[in-house]
Amino acid sequence: MNVAAPASPVYRIPHPLPLDSGQALEGCEIAYETYGTLAADKSNAVLVCHALTGDQYLASPHPITGKPGWWERMVGPGKPIDTDRHFVICANVIGSCMGSSGPASFAPDGQPYAMRFPVITIRDMVRGLVALLDGLGIDKLHAVVGGSMGGMQALSLAANWPERAARVLVIASTARHSAQNIAFHEVGRQAIMADPAWAEGDYYAAEAKPDNGLAVARMAAHITYLSEAGLTEKFGRRLQDREAKGFGFDAEFQVESYLRYQGSGFTRRFDANSYLYITRAMDYFDIAEEHGGKLADAFAGTQARFCLVSFDTDWLYPTSESRHIVHALNAAGAKVSFVELSAPHGHDSFLLEHDQLDRVVKGFVE
Amino acid sequence: MTLRPDLAAIAAHVTPGSRVLDIGCGDGALMAELESASGCDARGMELDGELVERCVSRGLSVVQGDANLDLANYPDKAFDYAILSQTLQTATRPDLMLDELLRVGRRAFVSFPNFAHWRTRAALMFGGRMPVTRALPVSWYETQNIHHVTVEDFRDLAKAKGATIERAWFFSGEKQIGAPAANWRAEFAVFELSR
Repeated sequence: MNVAAPASPVYRIPHPLPLDSGQALEGCEIAYETYGTLAADKSNAVLVCHALTGDQYLASPHPITGKPGWWERMVGPGKPIDTDRHFVICANVIGSCMGSSGPASFAPDGQPYAMRFPVITIRDMVRGLVALLDGLGIDKLHAVVGGSMGGMQALSLAANWPERAARVLVIASTARHSAQNIAFHEVGRQAIMADPAWAEGDYYAAEAKPDNGLAVARMAAHITYLSEAGLTEKFGRRLQDREAKGFGFDAEFQVESYLRYQGSGFTRRFDANSYLYITRAMDYFDIAEEHGGKLADAFAGTQARFCLVSFDTDWLYPTSESRHIVHALNAAGAKVSFVELSAPHGHDSFLLEHDQLDRVVKGFVE
Repeated sequence: MTLRPDLAAIAAHVTPGSRVLDIGCGDGALMAELESASGCDARGMELDGELVERCVSRGLSVVQGDANLDLANYPDKAFDYAILSQTLQTATRPDLMLDELLRVGRRAFVSFPNFAHWRTRAALMFGGRMPVTRALPVSWYETQNIHHVTVEDFRDLAKAKGATIERAWFFSGEKQIGAPAANWRAEFAVFELSR
C-alpha cells in the first residue's frame, strides 16, 4: 500500500465535511478519475460509485497492480456506459486509501489519522461525492450507477439529494445491511484486529503491516462474493500441485491456494484500517432507518428513474433485497425497472461478462 | 410496428398523458406505443426475465414481478389505467386480480380469449377433447391458461365485483366485430371497467 502515490486528480473540499457522527472532516480530499468530455451544458455526467475494495480506476489501469480498470468492460467508447456520449466520473470514497481522505491520510498534526479518523457512513461518502460534483459544477447527473456498495451510494444519493440525479442504477445491492452481512464483516474486522501488527491501527510507521489479518479478512469476504456452484465448478475438490493429500496444512486444495492468492494480492493495494472503516460504514447502512423507518418515505416525491438489477446466485445481496427496494419505490410512485438476471458467479457477477446486464445498463443509462 | 388487435383497441382508448400500469406487459409493445403516441407515463410488470430485459433495454420502466403477489405494493389509484391483456385467464385467482386492478387503477382494461367462441365450443362438442384453436393454440397440459373464461362469465364477474363496464370491443382474428352474439362470435374480448 503506497499512500503517497495517488496518480488521480484530487479535489480538496473547501469546507469542513459534516458527518453523520456529528463530527466534521477538515480539509477532506477526494481523488477521482474522469472519462469522456463534459458537455457545455453539463448534462451528460454519469457518476459511477465503487464497491468496498474498489477505487476510482474504473476504466483505466490501476497504478499499483497495473491491472485494467475494474469495470472496463462496461465503461468506455462504444461500451454500455459510453464515454463518447457521457462524461463519466468515478471517485475514491472517503475512508478508502487511493488518494481520498481516510485513516491512512495525514491528520492536521502531520501524523496519519489511523483510528483517530472519524467513523463514517455511506451517506458521508456520498456527501463527499456531492461536494466533488459541486466542485466540478455539476448540478444534476444524467445518471448515478453503482454495484454492491456502489449501489448503496447511488440509493443514498437518490434518497438524500433527490434533485442531483435523473437516473439511478443499482446493481446487486441492498437498502440495508442484514445481520448476516454484518456478521461476515465482523469476521473480517476481527481478523485484522487480531493481527499483532495491527497495533491498535497505529502501524503506518512500523516495519510490519497487519497484512496477515487483512488477507484473512479478504479471504472470508471473497467467499461471500462467489456462489457455491461457481466454486465447485472452478475448483471442486481438486488438489493444488500435488497428486495426493499431504496430511498437513499447506494450501493443498486449489480453492485454498486461490483464496490465499486473493488475500495476499489484496494487501498490496489496500489499507487494513480503511477496510475497518468502510465495512463499518456498510454495516451502519439502513436507508429506511435514516428516513423514519419506512423505506418508501426515503424516496417520496422522487422524480428520478430507477433501475435495479439482481443476480439469482447472489446470496450476499439476494434478489429479495432488490425486490424490497422495488416495492418501496412502487409505493412511492417512482418510475422503476427491476430485473433478476441469471448468472452462475454469485455477487461478483456484476463485474463479470454478462450480455444481458450490458443491454440493461445501456438501455437504462442511454 | 403493428399492435395486436386487443392492444390496439386499448391504445386507441387510453386518454393521452395518463399514468398507466401494464400488467403482463410482455416485450413492452403497448407501453412503447402509449409513451410515444399518447405521451403516457407507462409502467409495466412482467414475470419473464428475458422479456423484462428487452423492455428495460428499450428504455421502458418494467418490474420483474408476479401480478398475483406484487400488485399489493402499489398504492390505491396510483394509475389512471391498469391494463391486463391476455393475462386474466393465467391468474391464480382472477377475481382477486380484478379487485387489485380496480384498486390500483381508476379504470381498467382487461382482454382475454373467449372460451365460448363457436370454434372452442365445436372442438369440445364434436372432438370431446380440450380445444386447441387458433385463439387457444396450446394443449391443456402445458397452457398457462388455468382459468378459462367466456364473455358472459366476465360480465358476471364484473357485476359481482361492483364494476361498471364502460366499453367493450370484440375480435374475430384480426377483425373487430359487433357486440351482438359476441359470446358466440368473439375469439377475443376487451373490456374497459371502472368502479
